Amino acid sequence: MKQALFKKLQQITDQNLMDIEAHKKKGNHVVGFYCLYAPTELAVAVDAIPLPLCGTRQAPIEAAEEVLPRNLCPLIKSSYGFAATDTCPFFRFSDMIVADTTCDGKKKMFEIMAAIKPVHVLQLPQNQDVAVSLSPWKDEIEKLISVLEKLTDKQIMTDKISRSIALLNKERRAKKRLMDVTRAKPSPLTGMELVEILFKTGFFADKEKGIDLMNEIADVCQTLIEKKESPYTENTSRILLTGVPIGLGSDKVVKIIEQCGANVVAFESCSGYKQTFQVDETGDPVQALAGQYLSIPCSVMSPNPGRMEMLKEMIRDFSIDGVVDLTWQACHTYNIESFHVAKLVQDSLPFLHLETDYSESDTEQLRVRIEAFLEMI
Amino acid sequence: MITAGIDIGSRSIEIAVLEDGIIRETRKTDTGFDPIGQAKKLIHDLKYDAILATGYGRTLFEIEHDAPTITEIKAHARGAVYFFPEARTVLDIGGQDSKVISLNASGNVARFEMNDRCAAGTGKFLEIMATALGLSIETFGAEAMKARKDLTINSMCTVFAESEVTSLVARGENPNEIARGLHIAVVKRAMSMLKRVSQDGPVVFTGGVANNPFMTRLLAEESKREIWTPDHPEMNGAVGAALIAMERKRK
Repeated sequence: MKQALFKKLQQITDQNLMDIEAHKKKGNHVVGFYCLYAPTELAVAVDAIPLPLCGTRQAPIEAAEEVLPRNLCPLIKSSYGFAATDTCPFFRFSDMIVADTTCDGKKKMFEIMAAIKPVHVLQLPQNQDVAVSLSPWKDEIEKLISVLEKLTDKQIMTDKISRSIALLNKERRAKKRLMDVTRAKPSPLTGMELVEILFKTGFFADKEKGIDLMNEIADVCQTLIEKKESPYTENTSRILLTGVPIGLGSDKVVKIIEQCGANVVAFESCSGYKQTFQVDETGDPVQALAGQYLSIPCSVMSPNPGRMEMLKEMIRDFSIDGVVDLTWQACHTYNIESFHVAKLVQDSLPFLHLETDYSESDTEQLRVRIEAFLEMI
Repeated sequence: MITAGIDIGSRSIEIAVLEDGIIRETRKTDTGFDPIGQAKKLIHDLKYDAILATGYGRTLFEIEHDAPTITEIKAHARGAVYFFPEARTVLDIGGQDSKVISLNASGNVARFEMNDRCAAGTGKFLEIMATALGLSIETFGAEAMKARKDLTINSMCTVFAESEVTSLVARGENPNEIARGLHIAVVKRAMSMLKRVSQDGPVVFTGGVANNPFMTRLLAEESKREIWTPDHPEMNGAVGAALIAMERKRK
């Protein structure tokens, strides 16, 4: 049953680029996004396809290093490298890029990327205090609305934003439902399977296709749970991975953890559970978007208490046996914030902080640390 | 019951044979370029009821000999508690990595930290620096102890440190003093890792670098903590592995 769905996932993935092309041929637009803080609802509101952009693979990093310093986070180098080498089809399809001033590395990289494609940078506040930050952030969102209106020569009406919010809320509910199937003990999915589904459905041009597929997979998983069918046993160690986002190509830590016999059941990152929020559908939609997106608990925020709350809840809800905090090399915000995560976790659960990049050169060193961490459980 | 533990490290392979928990025999050889061949030579005439492998070559050994494995972190923790039952903190500086392990009241690993992927501040670092100064690794510590004044080495990267040493030599600095500076650099690096994991109490110092008397002395001075070193600190991992082999067999 599961295999058939993975086949379907691959079919839609193969079909996806043609779907995007067909959409563009009809005169519609594509808007590329790099970060969860930018509300993709606004692209949907002008009938554009919002697409996440490539940045999870090692291959283009060498090319990026011709321009960017070597000692920079691999996610930034990979993102830029894909753009500079024109090897990301989603970047190529994008009429413009929406970026954010998240960390120092990203915002300075976007200045250079702007020579390749139009980049609109949202000035993201670094603090979630509503009294201080909500109003300037709402202004940024309104500016983005005008930019998108100019790009598409369309006017964004309030009801259009409301409908987009409803659609993306539906998508986020489907994502949450899918990610929650691993709460079952033992889990019906491997962590690598979950990474693959989330990664591939993220690029789908047709939101409804992705929603249906995620729901279908969640249904099948429900049946597997009832039949107690799982790649694991009740005794398999259940790991929560927190920290930087991962995707296919930057998933080596998940692979190694699962090769060592444990199961990554939960992902507290912006490629995982941070995507499960709901935007309020009752009030003023722009205000609702600004408020909800500002509260995303990324380490670029100072302070960032939301992440600690989320971790506490996830440790409980997913029956976690150990926490791995993953930091990309030179990602200062996640690297430093690991101090707080360790403090939160260490006294009750085994904890491991890893700092690595996309290359395979430290696989064995990582394996020793991960094995020793699993020996502590 | 006779059990053996084999620690296949990056620089050397150690084996410890225990009879009911008492050390009967230990052997050691260089890892070279054929860890499995070297390990075979080391164990070919040994008799034991169970063997357990640890160290970076453990997986190769597991495949070749169908033996269980544990990480060197667990092995060093177990070995340290064998030699010093009161141990709560272990500092191991081996050939290509270094680690600090904090133990809970039952002697199990509570936390650990390892150096990052390069060999800065490990045995390999000291070996290359000794060579750069024309000294042997065996007497490197003793030579450094003869130094009369402090000299600071800033680089911790082996490649950068080697150039720094070369320029110090060219400046006419005394090799003993450079040697002392290098020892201090290694100790400072170990200290920052130590402080992150454990703040007080005695430290069990293991691994080949613990054979260097100057390192032990500097570590005690710098940390203001008691430093406990087993007689053959490089054997600690192998002994730990042999003990765990015994405990598993008895279960």
